[in-house]
Amino acid sequence: MSFIPTTKKDTEQMLKIIGVKSIEDLFSDIPGEIRSTGDLDLPPGISEIEADGLLTRLSEKNRRLSVFAGGGAYRHYVPPVVDQLTNRSEFYTAYTPYQPEVSQGTLTAIFEFQTMLSRLTGTEVTNASMYDGATSLAEAALMSVRDNKKKRLVVSGGVNPRYREVLSTYGWANDLSLVTVPLSGGVTNPEDIASHLDDDTGAVIVQSPNYLGSIEDIQAVADILKGGKANLIVAVTEPLSMALLKSPGSLGADIVCGEAQAFGNPVGFGGPYLGFLSAKRRFMRKMPGRLVGKTADSEGREAYVLTLQTREQHIRRDRATSNICTNQGLCALRAQIYLALLGSRLRDLAVLNHNLSGVLKGALAKLGIEPPFDAPTFNEFVVRVKNAREVRDALAEKGYLFGIPLEDDYQELSDCLLVACTELNAPADIDALAAELKAILTS
Amino acid sequence: MNTPGVSGWEPPRWDIPESDDIPKKYLNDGIDLPDAGEVDVVRHYTKLSTMNFGVDSGMYPLGSCTMKYNPKIDEKTASLPGFASLHPDTPDALSQGALELLYELGGYLCRITGMDRFTLAPAAGAHGELSGVMVIRKYFEKLGEKRTTILIPDSAHGTNPASVTMCGFDVKEVPSSETGDVDVAALSAMMDESVAAMMLTSPNTLGLFDRNILTISKILKDHGALFYCDGANLNAVMGKAAVTDMGFDLMHINLHKTFSTPHGGGGPGSGPLGVTKRLEPFLPVPLVDRKGDTYFLDTDRPDSIGRVHAFYGNFLVCVKAYTYIRMLGGDGVRKVAEHAVLNANYLMHRLKEVYDLPIDRTCMHEFVLSDKGIGNHVTTNDIAKRILDYGYHAPTVYFPLLIAGAMMIEPTETESRATLDRFVEVMGEIRKQADDDPELVKTAPHTTPVGRVDAVTAARKPVLTHDDIE
Repeated sequence: MSFIPTTKKDTEQMLKIIGVKSIEDLFSDIPGEIRSTGDLDLPPGISEIEADGLLTRLSEKNRRLSVFAGGGAYRHYVPPVVDQLTNRSEFYTAYTPYQPEVSQGTLTAIFEFQTMLSRLTGTEVTNASMYDGATSLAEAALMSVRDNKKKRLVVSGGVNPRYREVLSTYGWANDLSLVTVPLSGGVTNPEDIASHLDDDTGAVIVQSPNYLGSIEDIQAVADILKGGKANLIVAVTEPLSMALLKSPGSLGADIVCGEAQAFGNPVGFGGPYLGFLSAKRRFMRKMPGRLVGKTADSEGREAYVLTLQTREQHIRRDRATSNICTNQGLCALRAQIYLALLGSRLRDLAVLNHNLSGVLKGALAKLGIEPPFDAPTFNEFVVRVKNAREVRDALAEKGYLFGIPLEDDYQELSDCLLVACTELNAPADIDALAAELKAILTS
Repeated sequence: MNTPGVSGWEPPRWDIPESDDIPKKYLNDGIDLPDAGEVDVVRHYTKLSTMNFGVDSGMYPLGSCTMKYNPKIDEKTASLPGFASLHPDTPDALSQGALELLYELGGYLCRITGMDRFTLAPAAGAHGELSGVMVIRKYFEKLGEKRTTILIPDSAHGTNPASVTMCGFDVKEVPSSETGDVDVAALSAMMDESVAAMMLTSPNTLGLFDRNILTISKILKDHGALFYCDGANLNAVMGKAAVTDMGFDLMHINLHKTFSTPHGGGGPGSGPLGVTKRLEPFLPVPLVDRKGDTYFLDTDRPDSIGRVHAFYGNFLVCVKAYTYIRMLGGDGVRKVAEHAVLNANYLMHRLKEVYDLPIDRTCMHEFVLSDKGIGNHVTTNDIAKRILDYGYHAPTVYFPLLIAGAMMIEPTETESRATLDRFVEVMGEIRKQADDDPELVKTAPHTTPVGRVDAVTAARKPVLTHDDIE
């Protein structure tokens, strides 16, 4: 199958107008000794029907499971409105909105996204997206370094271990020094943070709810930092939690970053997702990535445009705030349409998630499976199960993705699973899971 | 738009108990998001879509961006539930289809470029570049050599120097010759043992294949430096020359350019990073590998730079690129390059009769015109805006920086001759207007959803949310 609409006759005439004999002549700048003549060693081309079948079969090699797991990727219901509108090809086949006169659709939606995310995070500035939650955290750390020039960062052990790995990669490349503060009782102890601070500390990074699902006392950490130079960076990987919990910004976070996949984007085996980066207004000129601003057109009509571009790589080059160019714009559009559709009802959805996770907690408790600590949680929590990995694998055979084993990341939680519950885990599904689990535990 | 009490959503009516176990000090007392009914939400975003211009709206000759047609089948395959609903923490044994796809796609990219191994984790071209520069840093760290500088030609994309400094290296700029190749004498003079690598877009950002490529790679090799290929322009050479044969050691590819995955109004893209054998140990984790008939995620790679993405990159974008490559096959992929180059040369020959062509030689997939010689103070920006009035997107303007008033045009292989001919007519007409009725051009666009947008005020008094307004 080819997508080239040029006929043989066209080709001949075009070559004649150019003044060459063959297409090969157009490649004469490539030294002859390295020019290839044969076909590439790829499978032979196929028709659309065959491709459809091939990809369908490949997709079916993945087991469809009833998911009771999060860990930074949350399976929520995606209303068809989100798919149908995002699939309008004026949106998805457009480039970055560098020509604002023909890009008001993208620009307006991103401006709305900046508004909604700023409100949910309790900040004043949100950019037009980062690659994912992990890279948004790494960029938040680099932004903090630009702000106060301090390269020592204190990181809570409750930050998603994958995010800490990415932070450590970016940190190594930028000579940052990262200090990890272990959790106690499933949460960050603010006094432990305090004891790790020194004059060189540029930022404290906390995630809430943290990787283990526990809600952190952000206010207490912010109080410790009050009056000092260090920035408080709060990461959020389940953004729905911000519809129920006090916003990190209102509790004293200087920068709020993380993952907004849960808003209208599928789990899609880990991507494309939607990193968000929000901050207090004083970071406006230090932000990485694109920002949309409101302005007017030549006739005074309301219009939107990419702004403060002198921060960006295509203008500032080696002195840019970041190298980011292509972002996750369409994922941000999905999130924005999702938020516009749910509106203030987003809080009802958050309450429902919390209540369902309570139902799951109760059902598991009846089987003697309980959390190892009693920190408050939103829709994700840790349970202690003997032979955790075997239990998870046995449930996978029955069609459930029940939890994520924690032994690799938290040695003290070697017999524990991180489980999650969203509105896609109906009460009947929870009952069915509990029944399978009971059968496995008693066998 | 805010109609409190009306909603486009309601929760299921399940009879479940309230869990009021979160301490009150953590709870908010409501959120400030506007409400609207479903129909109003749908109409709002439908209206916004009509104010946008995509490849499906018309030709998008945006140089260096490869805005080719995005086959619709790709959208279908990427939304198959077996892919879209697959949780990234699914055990390897139950996600074999996804792992197989990633493994195979990496293999196809190796065969197209000559590289030995690809990681699909980088989420965009610049992310691939950054990962690549990290690989360069790790390589010399492992060798115990302290190299501090990376060379970049003056025609490079802005992401190149930005990626370099984001990884702790210094940037030094290599000049281009008058005919658009790297100035080899200048390069030689700049070489010493502090140079870790040179980054070069191939074909370069003037749309030209650097005729000295083998000399450049030899100079670098002689000094123990690595050669990085910015693969943004890979569309021009697929099947015509292997990137490794040009002497490159590592490269990134933009799946959203070369392999037709849509640009999404700014993203998501995908920026796989490929390397030759000796750099393989440094690639980010995890890498998809195969043992017998089983695919698995390999995290046990002690010399790796580490993780660069929370999971495995923009997987669903990879599904689209995989679909595209399978449909084209080896023959089809080569034809892409041939027709991209044919279309560009055809357009260049037709347009150089009416516009200044600063470097007049056979181009690859794109070429650069300038506004030199156009009177009445009509600029490249004016011409770009006037093009919008005719239902075409504007070219890339004022890039590359070494050509004043640059207009960089890349038609891609998916435009028909008829479309190209109409574009030539339009460009001719605009050129005439610049002489006869310059105001018409200088005040363009006239037919777009909004008129020329005031970017200066936006930057001077930034309004970044609706709350800044109120």
